[in-house]
Amino acid sequence: MLPVIQVAAIRKTYGRLVAVDEVSFEVREGEIFGLIGPNGAGKTTTMECVEGLRTPDRGRIRVLGLDPARDVYRLQPRIGIQLQEAQLQKRIKVREAVDLWASLYDRPVDGHQLLAQLGLADKRDAWFMTLSGGQKQRLSIALALINDPEVVFLDELTTGLDPQARRAIWDLVRGIRDRGKTVFLTTHLMEEAERLCDRVAIIEHGRVIDVDAPAALVRRHCPDRSVVLATGDPDAERHLRALPRVSGIERDGSRITIRGTGDDLVTSVIQCLSEHRIRVHDFRTELPTLEDVFLTLTGQSIRD
Amino acid sequence: MTMLRGLWKLTYLETKIFIREPLGLIGAVIAPVVVFVLIGRMAADGAEESETAALFLRVQLPVLAAVLIALNAVLSLITIVAIYREGGILKRLRTTPLRPQTILIAHVLVKLFMTAATLGLMMLAGRRYYPADLDGNLGGLTAALLLTTVTILSMGFVIASMVPTARFAQPIGSLVLYPMLALCGLFLPIEALPTALQPVARVIPLTYAVSLLQGIWLGHPWSAHLTDVGVLLLVFAGFTALSAKLFRWE
Repeated sequence: MLPVIQVAAIRKTYGRLVAVDEVSFEVREGEIFGLIGPNGAGKTTTMECVEGLRTPDRGRIRVLGLDPARDVYRLQPRIGIQLQEAQLQKRIKVREAVDLWASLYDRPVDGHQLLAQLGLADKRDAWFMTLSGGQKQRLSIALALINDPEVVFLDELTTGLDPQARRAIWDLVRGIRDRGKTVFLTTHLMEEAERLCDRVAIIEHGRVIDVDAPAALVRRHCPDRSVVLATGDPDAERHLRALPRVSGIERDGSRITIRGTGDDLVTSVIQCLSEHRIRVHDFRTELPTLEDVFLTLTGQSIRD
Repeated sequence: MTMLRGLWKLTYLETKIFIREPLGLIGAVIAPVVVFVLIGRMAADGAEESETAALFLRVQLPVLAAVLIALNAVLSLITIVAIYREGGILKRLRTTPLRPQTILIAHVLVKLFMTAATLGLMMLAGRRYYPADLDGNLGGLTAALLLTTVTILSMGFVIASMVPTARFAQPIGSLVLYPMLALCGLFLPIEALPTALQPVARVIPLTYAVSLLQGIWLGHPWSAHLTDVGVLLLVFAGFTALSAKLFRWE
């Protein structure tokens, strides 16, 4: 099956600043694909090239088989766009915005039903300026979905929201995918990428460093994991040290940290404990995250 | 058809939104009407015996008020465009099937509509409270005022393209537009201006607008003002082309 979005070696410069350089990736039908990286990495520029809002200096983009720069008017009815931090008119009512958007497309979905789905039914007559951050973002999603698009673009959707509102939005985005749509999003929140995205592209300084499922990226770049347990058994450390693929053991009082590689590490530790009847009163695993992948690949934390 | 898709809806919405502004209606419609009537009444005392005062009441003040309505509309447009750009509203609207020009035309239509409504209201209030007869060519004045407004609006778009942030929109707009008032022949005939300023007055589009507005109001035929109309159309075309080049959406 043809990818929904194909981006091949695009480059975009602003004066002497190279915002996006040799960026390539593909987004498959029905997946949530995330472009992740720190602020200023080139995420929004890349996304806006794909949306047809900007034209790359070089490279090739296809969205649903169309060139967004040339066929923007044929593409628009088939995609939905939420822009980073884009406002609406302060005194436009929620209902009016939805009606306006609906009037611009040939086959809009039912706006009132959409508002109800997004939990905005009782805000129908509220002015945009009176909405909370989360409500504004939900309205933004509603407008992006009004034309029943095949591909939905979400740029930094949850920035500035509290954790509860963020989780609610994540559920909404999963719902969009589960209805068969393709979602292309950007985020600088690794937790968001990890929980929400089927696949991600890590971008930094305008270049894509790697593309894969979050778990696969973690396995590839950060195979190290650790098991931390607490035991009073004096022989525990000796037994554990004999395990294969253990790269290090640290002991701090009754607490032992076992470092190693591979998915088998946790299993072999558990087997070892049961074989030698070692009693533990605490046990947890420390698995690397996308955050660690990012640190490994770029040498810096994404929060900087 | 697709070009104008959403134009009516957007125009209607933007009109409603404008009216919801706390000072929208008061600033754009009510204040000019009240000022027009008040100044008229203040000038009325001398009008009986003085020819100048009578002329002021019958011609100059209505035309001045009309020009102020137009300038008001343009200033308001500059501010709105700057605010919409800063808030990402223009960019957001551009991601829809709305054509870019549709978005701007909607705002022009709102301003033209408000201008015509204000002029109408002014004349209505004038009939009752204004001290002189407003017996000029009202239909003609309205048409001439709309042409004037649309011309200055095209200049407004160029100004709006150049203001750095929304905060500067109003002051910069006033700074560019209001000095034109002094030289446009409304207060002093151009021949009475200092010699150095006369050429300046002749390149100010407002000069031609004032000449047209006064003439039409007095009942001159349009054919007597072909130069004025021609200059205004030329200025409109020029500034529209310029703003098409300069306009920034974000």
